[in-house]
Amino acid sequence: MEAFNLVPLIVIFPVMGLLLNLAFGRRIGERGAALIGIAAVSGAFVVSVLQALWLAAHHEAVIVPIADWISIGNLSIPWAFRVDTLSVTMMLVVSGVGTLIHIYAAGYMHFDVRYKEDPGSFARFFIYLNLFIAAMMILISGDSYLMLFVGWEGVGLCSFLLIGFWYQRNPDGTKGLLNSQAAKKAFVANRVGDFGFLLAMFILFWATGTLSFDGVFEHAEELAPGIILGVTLLMLLGVTGKSAQLPLYVWLPDAMAGPTPVSALIHAATMVTAGVYLVARSAPIFSALPAAQVTVATVGALTAFFAATIAVGQYDIKKVLAYSTISQLGFMVAAVGMGAYVAGMFHLVTHAFFKALLFLGSGSVILALERAHHPLGSHHDEKGKHKEKKHEHFDPQDMREMGGLRKQIPLTYRVYLIGALALAGIPPLAGFFSKDEILTDALHANVIVYGLLTAAAFLTAFYMGRQILLVFFGGPRSHAAEKAVESPSTMTIPLIVLAGLSILGGLLNFPGIHPLTHWLEHTLGHELAHATEFNIAVALFSTLLAVGAIYLAWTIYGRQPLKANEPDPLSNTLGRAFVGMENKWWVDELYVALIINPYKRIAAVLADVIDWQFWHDWVHDSLLAGGFRRLAHFLAEPFDLGVIDGIANGLARLAKGLARGFSFGQTGFVRNYALVTFFGVVLMLGYLVFSS
Amino acid sequence: MVPVSYYFALSAILFALGAMGVLIRRNAIIVFMSVELMLNAANLLFVAFARSFESLSGQIYVFFVIAVAAAEVAIGLAIIVAIFKSRQSIDIDEMSSLKG
Repeated sequence: MEAFNLVPLIVIFPVMGLLLNLAFGRRIGERGAALIGIAAVSGAFVVSVLQALWLAAHHEAVIVPIADWISIGNLSIPWAFRVDTLSVTMMLVVSGVGTLIHIYAAGYMHFDVRYKEDPGSFARFFIYLNLFIAAMMILISGDSYLMLFVGWEGVGLCSFLLIGFWYQRNPDGTKGLLNSQAAKKAFVANRVGDFGFLLAMFILFWATGTLSFDGVFEHAEELAPGIILGVTLLMLLGVTGKSAQLPLYVWLPDAMAGPTPVSALIHAATMVTAGVYLVARSAPIFSALPAAQVTVATVGALTAFFAATIAVGQYDIKKVLAYSTISQLGFMVAAVGMGAYVAGMFHLVTHAFFKALLFLGSGSVILALERAHHPLGSHHDEKGKHKEKKHEHFDPQDMREMGGLRKQIPLTYRVYLIGALALAGIPPLAGFFSKDEILTDALHANVIVYGLLTAAAFLTAFYMGRQILLVFFGGPRSHAAEKAVESPSTMTIPLIVLAGLSILGGLLNFPGIHPLTHWLEHTLGHELAHATEFNIAVALFSTLLAVGAIYLAWTIYGRQPLKANEPDPLSNTLGRAFVGMENKWWVDELYVALIINPYKRIAAVLADVIDWQFWHDWVHDSLLAGGFRRLAHFLAEPFDLGVIDGIANGLARLAKGLARGFSFGQTGFVRNYALVTFFGVVLMLGYLVFSS
Repeated sequence: MVPVSYYFALSAILFALGAMGVLIRRNAIIVFMSVELMLNAANLLFVAFARSFESLSGQIYVFFVIAVAAAEVAIGLAIIVAIFKSRQSIDIDEMSSLKG
């Protein structure tokens, strides 16, 4: 049997997992629910590996139709899976990293559901995670834009569900609605992007009459530049939404409200790369118009730099990583925008490794602090005391409350350091190779983009150095940091595996042999998947910058470690600029002022004018109700009382009058009647006699 | 033989007398008798024509009329007795309670 026939299983396995957990999740306990969830994803991973092995031998893309889906007139969109090197690369990343994160989540959520005092939610978490994997698999394995869109919306839904997983709480664990608001924000921001993607699909269908990838790409050359520009820009809007690029990135930092495995899986490794995948998948369209490519590359580069500056000024351990993710996604988008599709995909894969590692590591750090702050176990006998402790404000995600953790949680420290160095681009870790490939391509393609990305790379190394120094070095700045406890092995084993991948990930597209380039060549074609020559000058320069940035971070944060309640030393050096970074350049406030407040005002005006005054007051009250009332009034008074009653009363009066008239003849005297009868007979006889 | 016209004239006179009696008199019994007079005027004419046309059907009619008149008298007198019992009078002008 050919391996590609198994490809539907990558969706069926997670769906089965989620159905099982939906039905039995609460009854079979945490271990059972977690095992089902992990088994479902690892099953998908095994199938993905089989696909990869089969493709390694055959290379050619295979389309596996499952069923007719939409078939109206000329429009025919089957439900078909596409197995080619690009989709299988994504499948491996999603299911592989997904499996590791599922395992980690089994350990992490065990604590998290107890700290959030809702142990019943454990199975719910794995249901959502499996649903996400299923949707993501549809996204990356679909053979048409419409199927991709189904997955695209599916992952958006899961993102919403998982950001708002603790929907009755704030990100710091207190009761409130901030998590729900973050989920809503993510959903709405994504919706703006989805609208762009949807319009792009409409234009594509209108122009080519099909939505399947092969069908569209066949016509890509013939399309008018205006149409391509429209399609690509609208797709770019979709990408900025899903992959958190300027100007729609604002949802991703807030998305950190979700549990940490969610941040790692959805908001770092897989879902947010869907936009990069979309551009890479649509390579023939984007490559057909240089202007579109420049736009995409510029957006990516600007995002990379902009988000990196914000990451420098953040104190929340996950927010730093969130802005870092945005920045790295900017790298990828810039790469695919420049036509360096392989470099973009390469960075996507390595980033999935080390950013998942960093997020999971940060989860381990957060949990270590939280467990030190109020240990579980004493939950029942010391409930009162436990509650009391909860009231004192402690944010386990604030880096200012950490410090010196390398001694308490050495394993987490080591893997975190590997992830940070990989992200900073220190050779020979994975991030160095992928980032370097992007930078080299950028130098050839667009100097401005190269400059922005290089600056972003410098900042990346700096903020990661800052984070490592703030979290793991110096002295503990809170009682929790002193007593931090290492996480259990369900959490540390995925971390170690991911650390290994972060070290070795560079081999995927090692300069000189370029295995990933040759692998993706089968899908992208030889022209689009060109191998980039290793540029020693670029590599050396970026490495020097990274090392310099880390040294700079050490001079600021390392020499004199931050003390408790001390302001960030950068705020003295950078002054107002740091205030800007700290406050995320007031982008959220800008959006509130520019979009949300006017929107609310318009909504209020529309509600008042259109809904209340026009629709309610005029249409409903005046026109409908008033008209009805007037009609009813007319029918009741002039018509009913006048005409209908007039007829009835008139008939009665007529009958009465006639009766009165006739009653004169009714004298009661029999002789009268006899006389009348007599004359009657005489008249009749007379008539009969004289008429004949 | 007496010509038919004589019978006709007598019958007309008798009928006119009867009709007058019905229209003018107020005593119920007299009115009743006048009705009988009118019936017998008709009978007389029937018999006269039967004789002159030598047909028996006129005579048979007369028998019917006499029989009916006998029944009518029986009912009519009973009604008059009943009225008299309730009103102590047989003046038909007093029996006008159905006046409109």
